[in-house]
Amino acid sequence: MKLTIALAAVAAATLTSGIATAGTMADIQARGKLNCGVTGGQAGFSAPDASGVWHGMDVDYCRAIAAAVLKDPNAVNFIPTTGQTRFTALASGEIDILSRTTTWTFSRDVDLKFTFAGVNYYDGQAFMVPKSLGIKSAKDLDGATVCIQTGTTTELNLAEYFRKNNMKYEPVPVENNADVQQKYLAGGCDVYTSDGSDLASTRSSFKNPEHHIILPEVISKEPLGPLVRQGDDQWADVARWTLNALISAEELGITAENVEKLSAGSDNPDVNRLLGKEDKLGEMLGLDAEWAKRAIAAEGNYGEIFARNLGDKTPIALPRGLNAVWTDGGLMYGLPLR
Amino acid sequence: MATNSGAPRQPLRLNMLFNDARYRGRTVQVIAFCILVLSAAWLVDNTIRNLAALGKDFSFSFLWSKAGYDIAPHAIDYSSTSTHGRAALVGLLNTLIVAAMACVMATFLGVLAGVLRLSDNWIVARLMTVYVECFRNIPTLLWIIVVAAVMSEAMPAPNAFRGESPTASMLLWDSIAVTNRGIYLPVPDFSRSLGQAPGALGSFDLNYAAILAVLALSLLARWALLKHAQQIQSATGERPVTWWKSLCILIAPVVVLLYAIGFHLDYPALKGLNFTGGLQLRNSFIALWIGLSVYTGAFIAENVRSGILAISRGQSEAAHALGLSSGRTMRLVILPQALRIIVPPLISQYLNITKNTSLGLAVGYMDLRSTLGGITINQTGRELEGMLMMMLIYVAISLTISGAMNIYNNRVRLKER
Repeated sequence: MKLTIALAAVAAATLTSGIATAGTMADIQARGKLNCGVTGGQAGFSAPDASGVWHGMDVDYCRAIAAAVLKDPNAVNFIPTTGQTRFTALASGEIDILSRTTTWTFSRDVDLKFTFAGVNYYDGQAFMVPKSLGIKSAKDLDGATVCIQTGTTTELNLAEYFRKNNMKYEPVPVENNADVQQKYLAGGCDVYTSDGSDLASTRSSFKNPEHHIILPEVISKEPLGPLVRQGDDQWADVARWTLNALISAEELGITAENVEKLSAGSDNPDVNRLLGKEDKLGEMLGLDAEWAKRAIAAEGNYGEIFARNLGDKTPIALPRGLNAVWTDGGLMYGLPLR
Repeated sequence: MATNSGAPRQPLRLNMLFNDARYRGRTVQVIAFCILVLSAAWLVDNTIRNLAALGKDFSFSFLWSKAGYDIAPHAIDYSSTSTHGRAALVGLLNTLIVAAMACVMATFLGVLAGVLRLSDNWIVARLMTVYVECFRNIPTLLWIIVVAAVMSEAMPAPNAFRGESPTASMLLWDSIAVTNRGIYLPVPDFSRSLGQAPGALGSFDLNYAAILAVLALSLLARWALLKHAQQIQSATGERPVTWWKSLCILIAPVVVLLYAIGFHLDYPALKGLNFTGGLQLRNSFIALWIGLSVYTGAFIAENVRSGILAISRGQSEAAHALGLSSGRTMRLVILPQALRIIVPPLISQYLNITKNTSLGLAVGYMDLRSTLGGITINQTGRELEGMLMMMLIYVAISLTISGAMNIYNNRVRLKER
């Protein structure tokens, strides 16, 4: 009879295991930690320091979400992913959100069934070469050996660019940024191609950054942004509006420093709505009124995050350019908080 | 079993299925089978449901869409406008090429080391012991990475060959360049080339086809010549001298053909940023090839040694008594007998090599794992389909190798009549 019971147990397990779980946000709140997929090490976007603390723009965004959802900016597990593993990690539920310099493309959005929360960095693919090669333009790269991280849009753009310009190249596929650096510095390839921001970030970690130049050609549009699985609209909304809150905060002049004071109430209704004094936007998201206040207090507004990780005062020293807010001539545009 | 087989047959009752020793075994087997089928069904059902929940379907149509990425090296025509299916095929060929090369080299190393480990020379034998013990006790991946690191860090960049006083120079009368991107070798080229002909997998070179055809004809002619000589020997008892005739038959037609199509060597030369011309053995290929060969060679050496040790001493003593030298004893007496012991474990080493080629991932070798199982899966999001295909292909390759080697094994094993 024991066997019969065992069989019944197997059957029962079979039936119950099909039942779907609740939403991602409920899972995160039950877990008490946000699982955030990042790059294994790309200075300025996400890289652990000597004591294992993660820093970077993509990291700060995850902290802002954790602050909004879990009321604790440090309740984040940072999970390093490679170009090849990132989508599987997200689709399989290993991570809740992928905040990893990922280009928003049609096929990723539509065919791979992901939802992008927005763009947190407008980028474009470029080439970096050692100055000693004497190359001034990407048009002179015929016959070059090109290091490239596999499984990226960069790979496809590269193939297209060289074909369009009737040039030949020798691809050297490499799995992650650290390997690329080692290969490129050892002269295993003439050129390293990636997003312009990644090149600047990589170059900043070289011993002699001034020995390398980034060629002027930008061969693609690479809008980078965080993404979540398709089908959980509530979680996608939290991701999207946290990003918007950070950008809007810069437009409205809310900083990590003055957010506490402004949350007591201000003359600007937009500020009041964002910080929970008017309208109850937080409750519509399934959070409380102070979600955005906590998100901004965590690491500052978009401009502060940019300045701390990528700006002039950092070794990467990227100009704001397209990533300035729209009132300063950039493309960053906080959607209306109504 | 102490069953009461003499007792009259009782009608089957349900509890007898468990309590009666005659039926219990079968009952358990049936139940185990049912559980297995149920678990498999559950697994498939669960997968389909989860895919549906993610909004994905199960389809292989991605194999016919544009791949968009480049692969180097490619043994058949391929460009970034080819399909994912063709990219997978290119990857498969790369896997097979490196596997075949590694099998050949590992066998060579293994037989050499295995035989030398039994050498009477103390130093040689100890050196081989060190080789075997070092290499087989350290993971393959490390060897592959070590070779790759040595190649890319210690060898000069193509730039070093440039300029008035280059810091590096080419080997063997300026024909071979060893760089940190690989080794460039001269390749045969034909100034009056016969051109290309379209084939099933892409165009193939008519020159090589012609050379192979001529060689085959020469072999056929030589076989006829030897048969003729045999006939004369049987008839007259005297064997005509054939060695220079067979040499002529083998060499002359090929030489004439090579001259006709203008055979010469195409040397690699520094042009633009890199060496061009010649054949490039990429670092990733060299690392994988050498790494796999030296590692598996150590295992094969042990197979060979055990095979040789299994042959009774009397055999070599008898051979020595006949006046055969050690080398000839090994080649003519011991090894042929040892082969039947060596071959079965050799099969599994070949399978290991083939499966381990997927470690090429670590050094960027574009094999099946890296094209179909890497970039294609990543660009199309078809993990399940890609992985299933890859598993099927690896199983097919392994079974083919195993089958072919078993045929060989049947030929070399001891015939009992």
